[in-house]
Amino acid sequence: MVTLKELSTEELFASGHRLCAGCGEGIINRMTMKALRGPTIIVAATGCSEVATTIYPYTSWRVSWVHVAFENAAAVASGIVEAYKAMAKRGAWNKKVDVIAMAGDGGTYDIGIQALSGALERGHDFLYICYDNEAYMNTGIQRSGATPHAADTTTSPAGSVIPGKPEWKKDLIGICAAHGIEYAATASPAYWSDFIMKVRKGIEVNGPAVIDVLSPCPLGWRHDSARSIELVRLAVETRYFPIYEFERGKYKLNFTVPKPKPVEEFLKAQGRFSHLFKPTYRKDVIDEIQRNVDANWNRIQKLCAQT
Amino acid sequence: MTIVGLTGDEAVAYAVKQSRVDIVAAYPITPQTIMVERFSKYVADGEVHTAYACVESEHSALSACIGASLTGARVFTATASQGLALMHEMLYIASGLRCPIVMGVANRALSAPINIHGDHSDMMGSRDSGWVQIYAENAQEAYDWTILAFKIAEDKDVQLPVSVNLDGFIISHSMEGVDVLADETVNRFLRLRKPLLTIDLEKPVTVGALCLPDYYFEFKRQQAEAMQNTRGVLDKACREYRGVSGRSYSALETFEMEDAQAAIICLGSTAGTARQVARKLRAQGKKVGVVKLWLYRPFPTEEIRAAAKNVEALAVFDRAVSFGAPYGALCSDVVSALHTVEESPKIFNVIYGLGGRDIQPSDIELVFNEVLKTAQTGIVKEPTMFLGVRE
Repeated sequence: MVTLKELSTEELFASGHRLCAGCGEGIINRMTMKALRGPTIIVAATGCSEVATTIYPYTSWRVSWVHVAFENAAAVASGIVEAYKAMAKRGAWNKKVDVIAMAGDGGTYDIGIQALSGALERGHDFLYICYDNEAYMNTGIQRSGATPHAADTTTSPAGSVIPGKPEWKKDLIGICAAHGIEYAATASPAYWSDFIMKVRKGIEVNGPAVIDVLSPCPLGWRHDSARSIELVRLAVETRYFPIYEFERGKYKLNFTVPKPKPVEEFLKAQGRFSHLFKPTYRKDVIDEIQRNVDANWNRIQKLCAQT
Repeated sequence: MTIVGLTGDEAVAYAVKQSRVDIVAAYPITPQTIMVERFSKYVADGEVHTAYACVESEHSALSACIGASLTGARVFTATASQGLALMHEMLYIASGLRCPIVMGVANRALSAPINIHGDHSDMMGSRDSGWVQIYAENAQEAYDWTILAFKIAEDKDVQLPVSVNLDGFIISHSMEGVDVLADETVNRFLRLRKPLLTIDLEKPVTVGALCLPDYYFEFKRQQAEAMQNTRGVLDKACREYRGVSGRSYSALETFEMEDAQAAIICLGSTAGTARQVARKLRAQGKKVGVVKLWLYRPFPTEEIRAAAKNVEALAVFDRAVSFGAPYGALCSDVVSALHTVEESPKIFNVIYGLGGRDIQPSDIELVFNEVLKTAQTGIVKEPTMFLGVRE
């Protein structure tokens, strides 16, 4: 764990960007910058962070930052990592460069999963951070492979017959771990020290590393923007979003949450689940979500015990 | 002089090796491209310093190339057909971010129906993507233009990606004698890349920012200007290359055009056959000529006007259909180039060779006779002729 006093006071992610109040991405960007160890290049996928922090001719980034497209942050990062290697070989370069790709859950779980899988398989030395706000928020809240069951989005609307997204969230960490990479983890910005340590660990790993960080979105989750951090803490306290690591083949829960709160507390704080409470209280759906939360927790616990 | 037996693909790979490329990122699968296979052997044998990233799709291949190019590295990739189509989104970003990537394209037909043989549908479908487009006639030209392509792409006044196109199978897979330069000669001609702007670590830059209506247009205007700058840069590079290789290149090549009444304009390997037929017809006293474009983008408008100055009729060969358009892409461009010329020649379009349909000297002779007839009568019988197809 890192203490506040140990953190650099240098702000490599400048204020004045145009992200919403209470947006998790600005917080995640700033914390990520606090974890750097040297020369770093950020590769951004298209998304809120990209459009709100680099409106030409302004930029919030005091490190070199590259955006190419939506689905290819991992591929662009691959090219950058390999290019520096080759230039070092011919003597044109002699520094270690850290490369961090940052993409939303749409750009990671869905349209970017192929590029990510390819890059993990090839083993390029880079860190991939997924801002997981559980839907395509930049384009107006469409469902993604990371959107939780029953969430109301513009493409999985809560109707009178179907109560929001019928499917369940993809297991990104499982997919990444299956590539045999050295490090993958989940994080919540509510636990800043844990997140910053994980970013640093991901940078230091020799090879690809992935962090899926829960990113509150007041617009898409429809919650009070002043409660963003409280909400992503509640996500952990309800075991809705377990914080764990996969390191060199071993799983470890970073927060064991001995007395979990009911997931209902997390759900009812957000407009995207409001149809489960009004006009009718959908105990059946809430119970189903609770059962899924419990099952997922048990699954991770088992993985921790087995490895 | 060193003559080596190489296919077009191998000639490109050899030129890439001599060009001291830093990174090759490619997905040589849809369809397979021998350029990358040959090059990966150079890597495996330790003959080059190049990093070779064999990625999981053409889309990622060009994405990786863009990232690599932004570091200041010299970058090459290769593709064809469906692979180029999959890259489509990235083609625009490579040119928009001013990445001087060189790409070998073994031009092949697009699905459906699936085919794999040669035609120009792939690159013609990408013609407005902001890439400089060069078409080679044979393996020698593919070799020479690959070296030239780096010189042109990386010039400070250009900073644009360049595609070196070679007809799928006809050039890409045919073995020819190629006169290769000595490594030192290439090194002298093509220095290491001196990038204008990179993702600097000392002085951080933001690349690929969001440009709204207040700035986007200016970026595109600059890009259009860079494309036009290519002309002067290409001519200068060609002059210099002639000095080291003895081989002359420019935007286009003419054959017997000084007094030709009727001529054919085409790209790539078809030009060789056309010249052969033209020679035969000249011997019969028929005043025919051939114009072969090496450079398709930017379009050599002035050179086309000069070449067509004295002709009365022209047949423009397109190895791709532009569905619903007045003509195929090349013909539309030629018509545009000549429409302001007083007494513009009579022009008709020939669509040919789709999906690798062979083009024979007899086919070309048939067209030449039709152009001659058009020159004599001043009447275009049909604006678009589909050559060698069962109707």
